[in-house]
Amino acid sequence: MAIDKQELKNVIVKPIFDNNPIALQVLGVCSALAVTSKLETALVMCIALTLVTAFSGMLISLIRHQIPSSIRIIVQMTIIASLVIVVDQLLKAYAFETAKQMSVFVGLIITNCIVMGRAEAYAMKNGPVMSFFDGIGNGLGYSAILICVAVTRELLGSGSILGFTILTPIKDGGWYQTNGLLLLPPSAFFIIGLLIWALRTWKPEQVEEKS
Amino acid sequence: MEHYISLFIRSVFIENMALSAFLGMCTFLAVSKKVQTAIGLGVAVVVVQAITVPVNNLLSTYLLNEGALTWAGMPDTDLSFLGLIIYIGVIAAIVQILEMILDKFFPALYQALGIFLPLITVNCAILGGSLFMIQREYDFAESMVYGIGSGFGWALAIVALAGIREKMKYSDVPEGLRGLGITFITVGLMALAFMSFSGVQL
Repeated sequence: MAIDKQELKNVIVKPIFDNNPIALQVLGVCSALAVTSKLETALVMCIALTLVTAFSGMLISLIRHQIPSSIRIIVQMTIIASLVIVVDQLLKAYAFETAKQMSVFVGLIITNCIVMGRAEAYAMKNGPVMSFFDGIGNGLGYSAILICVAVTRELLGSGSILGFTILTPIKDGGWYQTNGLLLLPPSAFFIIGLLIWALRTWKPEQVEEKS
Repeated sequence: MEHYISLFIRSVFIENMALSAFLGMCTFLAVSKKVQTAIGLGVAVVVVQAITVPVNNLLSTYLLNEGALTWAGMPDTDLSFLGLIIYIGVIAAIVQILEMILDKFFPALYQALGIFLPLITVNCAILGGSLFMIQREYDFAESMVYGIGSGFGWALAIVALAGIREKMKYSDVPEGLRGLGITFITVGLMALAFMSFSGVQL
C-alpha cells in the first residue's frame, strides 16, 4: 500500500495547531489539568498517551472489518485497556516514583476521550498505518498543550524546570518570589483558557460563533 | 455513622470530582450549556457511580487483590494487574444493563436521560471514582458512601457551571475567548471557590 506523503504530513501536523484535540475538539482535558504541575510528570503522560493512541489506532484499524458495530465500544475499550495496563506496568517497573505521583491518571488514559475519539472517528475508517500516524499526530497535539502548561506552571510556580532551578526562589536566598497559585489545580484552567485565546487570535477561523 | 457523614461531605465538597480532581472534564465542558440537560446527566452519573464503585470494590476484594482468591483455594494468586480492564468492563456492562432496565421499566426516565447514558462509559469521573476507591482502600460501606458522594459532587458542579453559562449568554466576551476559552476560565474560578472548602475539618 503506497502512502501519500502529503496526507501523512497532514495527519501528523494538522492536530498540532489546526485541529488541536484539547483546544478545539475539547477532548482529553481531564488528565491535561491534573498532571501539569511539574514538567516531568507531564512528559511521561505525553509519551504514554501518544503511544497508547498510536497503537490502539493501529490495532483497532487492523480488525475494523471484523468488529460488529453493536459491540464496537466494548471491543475498543478492551484493546485500549490492555495497552494501558502494559504502560502502567512498565511505568511501575522502571519509573516508580513518577508513577506514584501520577497516581490514578495513568489508568485514566483508558477513558481519555482522545484515544476513544480517534479510534471511533479515524481508526474505524482508515488503514492501520495511517491510523498509527494519526494517533501520533493527535498525541503530539495533546503534548504541545500539556508541555506549554507544565513549563509555565513549574517555572513560575516553583522557579525550576525539570527540577533544575532557573529562577532562584527567595527562600533559597535568591530573588524570585514563587507564585504558589500556579501550583494549585485551578491555575491549569486559566492557562489553558489563555492558550486557547492566543491560539484563536492567531488562527481566527477557530473562533466560535456567538450563540 | 459520623465517619460516613464526614466521608460524604469530603467527597462532595473538598475532593470534588470535577473541580479538584478534574475528572469527567470532557463531558463537563461539552454538556454544560443548559441547566436542564446538566441535571439529566448529573442524575445519571450519581446513579452509575453509586452502583459501580461498590461493585468494583467487591470485585477487587474477592477477585483481584493479593490473596483475594483464598476462598477459591488459591491464596497466592495476585491478579491486581488485571484491575483496569475489569473495572472498565464492569462500568460498560452496568451502563448497558441500566440502559436496558430503564428502557423496559421506566421509559420516561430513559427518554429524559437519552444519549447521556452511553456517554457515561467514557466519563473519567466514573473510572476515576473506582480507581480512587482502590487507592484509598475503602471498605464496602465506605465505597458505597464515596460512590454516592462523588457522583453527587460532580452533578452539583455541572449544574452550577450550566447555570453560570446560561447567564453568560448576555455578556460580551472577547472574540478569541468565546465558547471554550471563557468556559475554562469560569471553571478555574469555580475551582478556586471550591478550594475554600479544603480547610473544613469534620
